[in-house]
Amino acid sequence: MIEPFLLRALAAGVGLAIIAAPLGAVLVWNRMAYFGETVAQASLVGVALGLLLNLDVTVSVIVTTLAVAALLIVLGRQKLVPLDAILGLTHHGTLALGVIATTLLAGPSVDLMGYLFGDVFAVTDSDLWLIYGGGAVVLAVMAWLWQPLLRVAVHEELASAEGVPSRWVRAGFIIVLALTIAIAMKIVGVLLAIAFLIVPIVAARPFASTPEGLVVTAGIVGAASVALGLTLSANADAPGGPSIVLCMALIAGLSLAISARR
Amino acid sequence: MTGASPAEAEDHAHAHYARHQHDHESCGCGHDHGPKKEFDTSALISARGLTMMRGDRTVLDHVDVDIHPREIVTLIGPNGSGKTTLVRALLGLEDMTGGEISRMEDLRIGYVPQRFDVDRTLPMTVSRFLSLGHKAPRENLRALLAEVGAERCFNQQLSEISGGELQRVLLARALAAKPDLLVLDEPVRGVDYTGEADLYALIGQLRDQRGIGVLLVSHDLHVVMAASDRVLCLNRHICCSGVPETVAQHPEYMRLFGVEAARAFGVYRHHHDHAHGLDGRELPVPTSASPAETL
Repeated sequence: MIEPFLLRALAAGVGLAIIAAPLGAVLVWNRMAYFGETVAQASLVGVALGLLLNLDVTVSVIVTTLAVAALLIVLGRQKLVPLDAILGLTHHGTLALGVIATTLLAGPSVDLMGYLFGDVFAVTDSDLWLIYGGGAVVLAVMAWLWQPLLRVAVHEELASAEGVPSRWVRAGFIIVLALTIAIAMKIVGVLLAIAFLIVPIVAARPFASTPEGLVVTAGIVGAASVALGLTLSANADAPGGPSIVLCMALIAGLSLAISARR
Repeated sequence: MTGASPAEAEDHAHAHYARHQHDHESCGCGHDHGPKKEFDTSALISARGLTMMRGDRTVLDHVDVDIHPREIVTLIGPNGSGKTTLVRALLGLEDMTGGEISRMEDLRIGYVPQRFDVDRTLPMTVSRFLSLGHKAPRENLRALLAEVGAERCFNQQLSEISGGELQRVLLARALAAKPDLLVLDEPVRGVDYTGEADLYALIGQLRDQRGIGVLLVSHDLHVVMAASDRVLCLNRHICCSGVPETVAQHPEYMRLFGVEAARAFGVYRHHHDHAHGLDGRELPVPTSASPAETL
């Protein structure tokens, strides 16, 4: 007999794995992994803001993520410092600020580790509503933007010359990315959220020959990692989120090793 | 829109021409550019006084360009001469500081970009790439690839084909939109010398068969120039223009590219299958030289 909390954890993790796959693919194709990492970690500032202003943490995380993404896009236009340096600066700066602010504001009663690494076994029914409701919105937007996103990923300038409104397509993508980060934070925390998006794509790449095939395979890898990770966690009493991400990383490593031998 | 007098507006009002209008007088360069020049109404695309400032730097300085149907125009210039900015302006990707562009009504432009590095994490076959954004039967896609001589790539992954094949696939994608004007930005990047000559022969052939206008951008000179009807030599402004032979002997061209370049050019002369007017415009000559002989 599976415990209800374990079932909820499984439902939450599998839901996230499905939502994450198309977003992760677009992140990787556009070489935006580090960008995603930066906005995800900056969302800890959103947690602090939520606590300070007594707002719903999900809402403040989404707003903060979007604000940081907008800031990064503006900073990326200057030519003096390369984008990865800007990302590094923002990534560590906002993480430090987020940790300090959350600790000071919350005092000992709030579990900082829960925000950093998530607490998949503490997922509630209302969290599941957020994951599946929000996830449906994310997937609907991704389906709507899929063709233009593919064209921008193949070649942004060519897409623009052919009439694709590249900027708006990217903006739409970043908005659903922010929503996904807010969802993922419940399960794996701000530090591991982007791993959920990126790692299954890496694992699936050697076995896919179409963009959609890659997304489906990545979704399967993600869901399998959730099942494996939760089993590991329940049996070895290891933290849930990190166990899932570790399983993903192992599958990805195995997959790359197999494809290197072929 | 303060500069145009009603009389001028009247002159410009070719009903079938859609155009952008910028205020030519306020370009801020501080000197007089003489009377406004008219658009060439026989051209596919006609630009007048294109000016682009980035900060204090002038990237383009009052550039005029016309490309006519069945004409291959080559844009040459050293690195940093504003070639890519000019192409982006003509494609409508960049807002200019000054100048105007007039496009033939419903002008369709096929574009082959300069750099094309598909991320290897994006699995995509050539046929899928060709059908991205528009639905086309597989037979049509196959025929397109055959037209550019890249049939065998049909089911291959984009990331696995060679540089020369990729250029042909990009050309096929540009042709899929049935363009009136083909714009190719440095199309021989990553292609070896014979591949280069083949590609230009192909472009000439496409021009002959489809009757399209072609704008070629290049910083390497010889073969490109020989394959074209008219050459524009750009170094922020148009230094010189005309038929390849004239441009190659022009003092401005020699100053930019060196005497050696001008001399080497002669070696690659091709036999013209048409004559040129004094303005470099192509004049019809009733011979039907096969495209393979043009190099």
